[in-house]
Amino acid sequence: MFDQEKIEEIIKEKKRWEQTTLPRWVKTRPERQIEFYNTSQIKIDRIYTPEDVKNMDYLQDLGFPSEYPFTRGVHATMYRGRLWTMRQFSGFGTAEQTNQRFKYLLNEGETGLSIAFDYPTITGYDSDHPKACGEVGRCGVAVASLKDFEILFDGIPLDKVTTSMTINGPAAVLLAMYVAIGDKQGVSRTMLGGTTQNDMLKEFFAQKLCIFPPKPSVKLVTDIIEYSTRNLPRWNPISISGYHIREAGANAVQELAFTLYDGIAYVESTLERGLNVDEFAPRFSFFFASHNDLFEEIAKFRAARRLWAKIMKERFHAKKPRSMWMRMHVQTSGCTLTAQQPLNNIIRVTIQSLAAVLGGTQSLHTNSFDEALCLPSEEAVRLALRIQQIIAHESGVANTIDPIAGSYYVEALTNEMEEKSTEYIEKIDNMGGVYTAIEKGFLQKEIADSAFKYQQEIDCCKRKLVGVNDYAIANECRTIPLLRVTPKVEEEQVARLQKVRRGRDNAMVKKILAQLHDDADKDRNLMPTIIEAMKAYATLGEICDVLRGVYGEYKELIVI
Amino acid sequence: MSQEHKIRVLVAKPGLDSHDRGAKIVARALRDAGMEVIYTGLRQTPEQIVETALQEDVEVIGLSILSGAHMTLFPRIMELLKEKELNDVMVFAGGIIPEEDIPELKKLGIKEIFGPGTPTETLVKFVRKNLPKRI
Amino acid sequence: MEEIVQGVLEGDRRCIARAITLIENEIPEARQIISLLYPRTGRAHVVGVTGPGGCGKSTLVEKLVRELRRQGKTVGVVAVDPTSPFTGGAFLGDRIRMQEHSTDEGVFIRSMATRNSPGGLARATKDAVHVLDAASKDVVVVETVGAGQSEVEIVKVADTVVVVLAPGLGDEIQAIKAGLMEIGDVFVVNKADRENADKAVVDIRAMFETNSGEQVWKPPIIKTIAISGEGVGELLKRIEEHRGFLEGGVFASKRRERVEVELLEALIQKISKVVLGDLKQKGELDEILEKVVAREMDPYSAAEKVLAQKLRKIGRS
Repeated sequence: MFDQEKIEEIIKEKKRWEQTTLPRWVKTRPERQIEFYNTSQIKIDRIYTPEDVKNMDYLQDLGFPSEYPFTRGVHATMYRGRLWTMRQFSGFGTAEQTNQRFKYLLNEGETGLSIAFDYPTITGYDSDHPKACGEVGRCGVAVASLKDFEILFDGIPLDKVTTSMTINGPAAVLLAMYVAIGDKQGVSRTMLGGTTQNDMLKEFFAQKLCIFPPKPSVKLVTDIIEYSTRNLPRWNPISISGYHIREAGANAVQELAFTLYDGIAYVESTLERGLNVDEFAPRFSFFFASHNDLFEEIAKFRAARRLWAKIMKERFHAKKPRSMWMRMHVQTSGCTLTAQQPLNNIIRVTIQSLAAVLGGTQSLHTNSFDEALCLPSEEAVRLALRIQQIIAHESGVANTIDPIAGSYYVEALTNEMEEKSTEYIEKIDNMGGVYTAIEKGFLQKEIADSAFKYQQEIDCCKRKLVGVNDYAIANECRTIPLLRVTPKVEEEQVARLQKVRRGRDNAMVKKILAQLHDDADKDRNLMPTIIEAMKAYATLGEICDVLRGVYGEYKELIVI
Repeated sequence: MSQEHKIRVLVAKPGLDSHDRGAKIVARALRDAGMEVIYTGLRQTPEQIVETALQEDVEVIGLSILSGAHMTLFPRIMELLKEKELNDVMVFAGGIIPEEDIPELKKLGIKEIFGPGTPTETLVKFVRKNLPKRI
Repeated sequence: MEEIVQGVLEGDRRCIARAITLIENEIPEARQIISLLYPRTGRAHVVGVTGPGGCGKSTLVEKLVRELRRQGKTVGVVAVDPTSPFTGGAFLGDRIRMQEHSTDEGVFIRSMATRNSPGGLARATKDAVHVLDAASKDVVVVETVGAGQSEVEIVKVADTVVVVLAPGLGDEIQAIKAGLMEIGDVFVVNKADRENADKAVVDIRAMFETNSGEQVWKPPIIKTIAISGEGVGELLKRIEEHRGFLEGGVFASKRRERVEVELLEALIQKISKVVLGDLKQKGELDEILEKVVAREMDPYSAAEKVLAQKLRKIGRS
């Protein structure tokens, strides 16, 4: 990108600047730290110049939006044509309560739905299972049968909204329910748009919401990908996630590398089904976190796009450009929110959102400021949405594509993130792939070590956390209203579930569950049978119990 | 000469909550402070936690929960500890526990509840300072 | 103490737990517990499970416990993990895999840290086994740290030693210390659904041929897939067969050997406690140390001198 002679001149001048202009400044205003590092342990230099990007080639490394290597964006008009989807992850209590929250948010301007399920649902237990006691509706909506979904989507036309479902172990069940509701509403399956997270690999080393062991879990993931590719052309069957990996304590490079590797594993598992890469890859989507270091995050998003494009082209020989696109959803980081001085979180979320937008995300969820204390209240979640709307309409950053490109710092950082992630990818390759890496505890150890290091830095104040280890208020008095989920929710939900069981054709349900057992035993694609089961009002727990019987239950490998 | 007193701690995650980053950091910090830490992984029922505390004869139990189910699970755990006559075990907790719930939890016998942002050194000091008198 | 002993004999879990703690912490009164319980030991089948890390020992132990319970037997499990030599702390995570059994009245699981026992096995492990034995557990399983000397230490504690290996260790099977091959009464190739499982069996058998010498008991090699439980039934059968073999006569001499080792260790422990305790108390250790540091004396002569002095003193008193 730069003339070699010019570079040499700049290098010379920089040396001169360091020897003549700089020293007295360093003397009178010593730098705040001896060295500066970002969370990925990449050293941050005092200043970046063309020297740091001297080998960059604009056309090869950046190019134009919607063209390989997609560094600058996957859509040619990006936010000038269409703003990112404002998709707030929500759900609590009963289906009625969450239906109301959905309508509230749609009214306030969100442009896509995203469902948070409660713990019993995501771990494959019905709301009246002994393990569900005390947990129903607490951190997401309770869904046990199609009846709950009917209420959840009451008054919400599925041909007018897209819905993202954060569900992994029982993803097939929830997708089946969504399809069933679409059928009930008379919406063609080809029109159903949305996403199932459906990324089991990251559960094994990050989020830990596993039900079955790795191989059958990935089999289920692939069932959904295969079924969706053939029957639901607008559905994103998978959202390959780095968010949870980051929340578990990984740094940005690890988040990127491990997510991409999971993606590689899913492409491989789907190819094994006999599908062509260009058939399914266009509907693969990704999900990342956005943390406080603005430029590290922007670099991460850009490096992610370029790396995935290269992987799809070189490793998997994808031909269609859409197969090489990395479309992503971003959520601002939960673990960076503080319980102390919660209003400070509004600023954190703003910076994190800015990073996501400058990084070119397709979809964004902003956390509410009270989420280190409880589920978001109405006011808090509205404010979170406003952050996105102000950035979109008042800051000007959405009016041009990839505005930060060309910054010597950001381009150097993007290159370095790509390099370091590639190192990890090669390491896991040499180890024998992601299953071996999980079995050996390699991924878990990397994450645990990063998490511990981060905590140590905070404990010794090497890393400042405003309001916590610095600028703290002694005996802080917090008066923000908290959203509480009452035990009544569990009572209501259990009553409804038991009514559903009484009122359905139990002989039919038994028959379908037996069919499911046989399908699972014989390794068939389970989606058609599960859809049928949902329509007969089989419950989520019943489906998962059948599968537990066939696949067994997973016991995690603990690495601290 | 007898063995230097090793503090045995059980770090437990009751219920279905799968956020174990904090619990693992606490386990590691306590181990690095010279304690023997028994960590039983995710999805522990109150019955499993109390049985483990009994068999391992721990002096301290640290409970970690972020799912909001603490007002059901903690009382059950404290009730079982009483039933099994484990009256010489100190219990502390951490995670996402609203301040307004803390007085009631302390009434149940939970010695202290630590919120997000608590330095690990604070926890180590707390454990050392609040060891129960062994019957 | 009597209350605790009585409780142990009745199988009271609280008493069992407390007895082990007192012994582990080397509370002086704990000696009384052991002396009262010792006559009631010798009944349980003690099975040691050892082998390199990552081979699925814990998962296998869980399945063994499950199978034993299915047969109506009561089980004690002692899971040993290493103490960090730097911090003195330990992370005891083996029981994670067995948590389903924690509420089963017929199973007692205890995690122990090595506490820097020179041999690698926790010093109190033997005594913990005695407690569980006295509490009438039919089988006591001791699961040890996967590396270091404790693999061999396990012979001092167990009647039957099960060595767990897994394919994918590749050439490492060759590198496994010869000691491990010598102490195994039953060998397991776990994760037998892996590619090199059969090769691993062949490799292990080959190592026998080179290392065995005179052997009346031919250690069987069992293939298992611990995660699914495959092969566990057969493994248990072999373990029980080994017990049968021992009872055919070898048991007595093996037990005698073990007890001899235990006795000698107890003696050595007592002697060093008395001698060292005395030295340290009187500050004499520092005196001798200075001499050795100044090269006036070598450590061995110093030790001889000290011991001679102390023995004379003991003789006089």
